[in-house]
Amino acid sequence: MVDTVDVLIIGAGAAGGAIAWSLADTRMRIVCLEQGDWMKPSDYPSNGRDWEARQLAEFHYNPNRRARDTDYPINEDDTPIKIANFNGVGGGTILYAGHYPRFHPSDFRVRSLDGVADDWPIDYVTLAPFYAENDRMTGVSGLAGDPAYPPKEPVMPPLPLGRSGTTLATGLNRMGWHWWPSDSAIASTEYEGRAGCINLGHCTGGCAQGAKASSDITYWPAAIRAGVELRTRCRVREITVNAEGMASGVVYYDADGVERFQAAEVVILACNGIGTPRILLNSVSGRFPNGLANSSGQVGRNLMFHPYAQIYGYFDAPQDGHRGPGNCIWSQEFYETDQSRGFVRGYTFEFTRGQGPVQAAITGMMTGRIPWGAGHHAAYRKLFGHRTGMVAICEDLPEEHNTVTLDPVLTDGNGIPAPKVTYRLSENSRRMLDHAVARGTEVLRAAGAHDVGHEAPLAVGGWHLMGTARMGTDPERSVVNEWGRSHDVKNLFVVDGSVFVTSAGVNPTCTIQALALYVADSMKRRLATLFE
Amino acid sequence: MSLNEAPMTALTDAQCRSLRALAALMIPADPATSMPAADDDAIFADILASLGRDASQVVAALDALDALAGGRFGDLAPAAQAAAAARLQAAGGPMVLALTRAVAQSYYRDDRVMRAIGLEPRPPFPQGHALEPNDWSLLDPVRARGPIWREA
Repeated sequence: MVDTVDVLIIGAGAAGGAIAWSLADTRMRIVCLEQGDWMKPSDYPSNGRDWEARQLAEFHYNPNRRARDTDYPINEDDTPIKIANFNGVGGGTILYAGHYPRFHPSDFRVRSLDGVADDWPIDYVTLAPFYAENDRMTGVSGLAGDPAYPPKEPVMPPLPLGRSGTTLATGLNRMGWHWWPSDSAIASTEYEGRAGCINLGHCTGGCAQGAKASSDITYWPAAIRAGVELRTRCRVREITVNAEGMASGVVYYDADGVERFQAAEVVILACNGIGTPRILLNSVSGRFPNGLANSSGQVGRNLMFHPYAQIYGYFDAPQDGHRGPGNCIWSQEFYETDQSRGFVRGYTFEFTRGQGPVQAAITGMMTGRIPWGAGHHAAYRKLFGHRTGMVAICEDLPEEHNTVTLDPVLTDGNGIPAPKVTYRLSENSRRMLDHAVARGTEVLRAAGAHDVGHEAPLAVGGWHLMGTARMGTDPERSVVNEWGRSHDVKNLFVVDGSVFVTSAGVNPTCTIQALALYVADSMKRRLATLFE
Repeated sequence: MSLNEAPMTALTDAQCRSLRALAALMIPADPATSMPAADDDAIFADILASLGRDASQVVAALDALDALAGGRFGDLAPAAQAAAAARLQAAGGPMVLALTRAVAQSYYRDDRVMRAIGLEPRPPFPQGHALEPNDWSLLDPVRARGPIWREA
């Protein structure tokens, strides 16, 4: 006898946790399958003296370098921007920096305002209550009154400015540019049983203190208390369909590599902008020969990153170095479209602090600032702890030729085809990056930097994976409708970054989770007619 | 094939000699501050034990170094080693990055080195770090400018 669950969620990351928690109050039987493990805070790198080395190894954000057996390989030979992700309960939030900006009202209306890409089928006002609920569940630190946003109320005080923030803010004031304390998914004080930040250092190896709001310590405990079942080390191969063309369940491999089937009334994909199209494209049947939910041909197309520019400077005065959360302040001076700049849409400057002793050495030696040999120590002492800077996170626009497909050769440990990423940086993005490097250099000089460097696009910067199962009202041009349901398969939903119509110029996690809550709410309001 | 199945690579004795000589060239001792060289016994043992994911690239770099030097790098005279190392460094690329990572990650966590650069030899957790007090009056000119977001 087949044990059928009401709702099957694939992926226990940012979106999976949020939708599981929200749907739990329906008392439906909800099961989530996650290919990775639960993380132990005591395993995170900052517990040890080798914390920087471990961030370059089993906690590296590139899955091909990290290569845990819970990871799947990705063919990234044909993209200048390499992929960043994490597979485990919490997903990408385990290694994210915790930058937590919302989209702006204009981000949902790019076709109407700027004549590019498409408008979203929903708007900021629709999403606003879900942003607020998500802020409360996540625990967001920030400061009300940011002139770059409609009014919103962070639930905790902002993270500290420190020396780096003070230096950079001074430079920004000299330029007359906007800046504001960043909204961050890092608890600046004790919050809902989580300890406040104690400035361990860079947050991107996982937070041993538990101050950073990865979804394994925010949504998942609440979802499990409410009755959701989470199974780890379960890697989904494909979604199956029945004779009526409805999703009937999934085939997956358990921790021992044994193939299993889980039947379900509803299937929800929450596997990010690469993992979701991978499963859909691998779910081939007589009825869906080009992959599931793909009658539009849009599954795996329109992949958007956020092309990043990294701009940094060295100062005479000591900066924060590796102390403090990486998050600090942001500037949205160049966020909204100004055609005179030579590109449409815009970017956010997110100011960071510095580097630990190992990264300072590696960067210094690889850029020629710290020599091999006799001059090494003098150069190192001059640079270590004296660096700060920023990244520019540029809005990427959807283009059909930027794709996720199935690699014909490469497979994961269970023999499932690996994803292959094909991506070209657009001319609009190139111009935006150039503008960001020029403006970033100006502000660092204004702040007192005597030596400025940059990398653009940042090769390791494929943190944000969006657009590959996009949302829309037209079934011929989109994969899911305006509340996340597949146009083709009425009991199949997508809630991760795949559904993004455009990328905005901000980190996506806050919006991914707000969208998951919005989709859950839409489902709950339609339970009696969900499949019509 | 799965990328996750890529094997680790162990170094031969000759490769160890070459890597040790190269490490000393990259980061020599600094008697003025009592900083050891990267070929110090404890540091070099840590380098060898920590090659991990960089092992195959480090081996490739050592092979390249031998080719540049026209012989086994670790067995050459100091002047010839310095010349070959300089050529390898100038070539750059993933092999040099792997070498740099391998040497730096062990050197800059050694107790003596950390103390010499002004750090306590301890992990970040659980003690954390203190940051300077905030001066939010820096925001006054930003507030004075008023809203900049675009109505939609």
